[in-house]
Amino acid sequence: MLVANKVVLRFTPTLVDKPIIYRLVKDYDLVINILKADINPSQEGFVVLEISGDSESYNKGLEYLRSAGVRVEPLSGTIVWNREQCLHCGACTSFCPTGALYLKRPEMEVCFDGSKCIVCQSCLDVCIARAVEVKL
Amino acid sequence: MAVQKTFEEINEKIKKGTAVVVTAEGIIDLVREKGASEAARQVDVVTTATFGTMCSSGVFLNFGHSRPRIKMKRVYLNGVPAYTGIAAVDAYLGATELPESDPENRLHPGRFLYGGGHVIEDLVARRPVKLEASAYGTDCYPRRHIETWITLDDINEAILFNPRNAYQNYNVAVNLSSRTIYTYMGVLKPNLGNAGYATCGQLSPLLNDPYYRTIGIGTRIFLGGGIGYVAWHGTQHNPGVPRSANGLPLTGAGTLAVIGDLKQMKPEWLRGTSFAGYGASLAVGIGIPIPILDEEILLYTTVRDEDILMPVVDYSRAYPENTGEILCHVSYAELRSGKVEFDGKEVPTTPLSSYYKARQIAEILKDWIKSGKFLLTQPVERLPGAESGIVLKGLTEQRNGG
Repeated sequence: MLVANKVVLRFTPTLVDKPIIYRLVKDYDLVINILKADINPSQEGFVVLEISGDSESYNKGLEYLRSAGVRVEPLSGTIVWNREQCLHCGACTSFCPTGALYLKRPEMEVCFDGSKCIVCQSCLDVCIARAVEVKL
Repeated sequence: MAVQKTFEEINEKIKKGTAVVVTAEGIIDLVREKGASEAARQVDVVTTATFGTMCSSGVFLNFGHSRPRIKMKRVYLNGVPAYTGIAAVDAYLGATELPESDPENRLHPGRFLYGGGHVIEDLVARRPVKLEASAYGTDCYPRRHIETWITLDDINEAILFNPRNAYQNYNVAVNLSSRTIYTYMGVLKPNLGNAGYATCGQLSPLLNDPYYRTIGIGTRIFLGGGIGYVAWHGTQHNPGVPRSANGLPLTGAGTLAVIGDLKQMKPEWLRGTSFAGYGASLAVGIGIPIPILDEEILLYTTVRDEDILMPVVDYSRAYPENTGEILCHVSYAELRSGKVEFDGKEVPTTPLSSYYKARQIAEILKDWIKSGKFLLTQPVERLPGAESGIVLKGLTEQRNGG
């Protein structure tokens, strides 16, 4: 059976220089799509991944992650877009990788399709009106 | 016979409710349909608008006198300092001012969640704002400290006075470096990852009156949801820049200083903004009517997005180093489409002004004029024009007083 899940991996400073994701691909034959990552040498870091593959390999892969000391959490936050707060400039739409935030043309109105959102949080820092927030 | 109208004639029609008013978008189709002469005869006013962050903005406040009196030397509004080097209880709060406790860019990029622009938004939204003031004490103003809460309705005056708004044209910002940069033109991704752009194209006030034939000192405008006026030409007004054949400037060019009663304004049209890694500011909504006094004025209002060419500037080097280098020009139409092409590469565009809200402002101003409650004013003085000889000065470093 095939599974596909979005997860957040959190790394401790000692783990960030280990080729963790390489192992997932090489040893567990999993398909990895990196949605968001913030990894810096000698600091804590995180990666938001979409992992897909055979369910048995998936479970073994996650077991490997945990045994290596990586905290694995399902991607549970949601992005809330506050329509009233939005200035409808559309800056966020050029950063949204999935088109969840988009400019409806020709109206030039910003819209949000929550079903497409992968909670990558790319919109957070680029919104000048603070109209998007992440709810965990 | 060529159409000639006066402000008085147009105002008479507005008072009678017979004035024909269209937006700067509507006029394009109308002229295409009816031709310029016929449209100039029919149409009395074209409404233009813009909505975007304009850093050179702020508000003069008079708090009223406390008992005993205080001559405020330091003033904080919700922790944001205001300038008080004027009379005892007058202050000027600038849009980009930050609380002293703001971490700024110590953890880069800073978020700048609250600044002067947000205080202005809070005042306009009628939210209570904490006022703290201190002083050294004088015989006539003995008090040294006050801490209280104010609302916009509690204070005597709140006058929005923005020294530079409504830039005629503006840079398109790109990043040629290999790291993400955080600018007042938004977050710019490395290696030409995106292009930040501002203004509202064919709706923008000064692009519809490129030679300032009707917009001048004293022009009554929509400002932040209330009524305001053009007070002066804006700072850095630079009308003598190169222009394309249609008269449109190819770089920043003209600007406006605007003034209005903050008490009339609405938070919908005056909003605090936060630019990651850059700072806080204020988004301002402005609408300006253009009286169709003759066919030439009308033709200028038919400017279309594809006519407007904007200079592309590298904000990783050319802008900060102030080299003046322009990479190329792109049209507003391309920018508004969501992507532009540079050197065969497709680059997504990042809008910073709100075309959507500008369109709403142009509609509101149209309704105000049609309903007879907004009359046009003839400028008491024209703005310095392309022939004025104004040259924008830079700042040179001198030693020992030159």
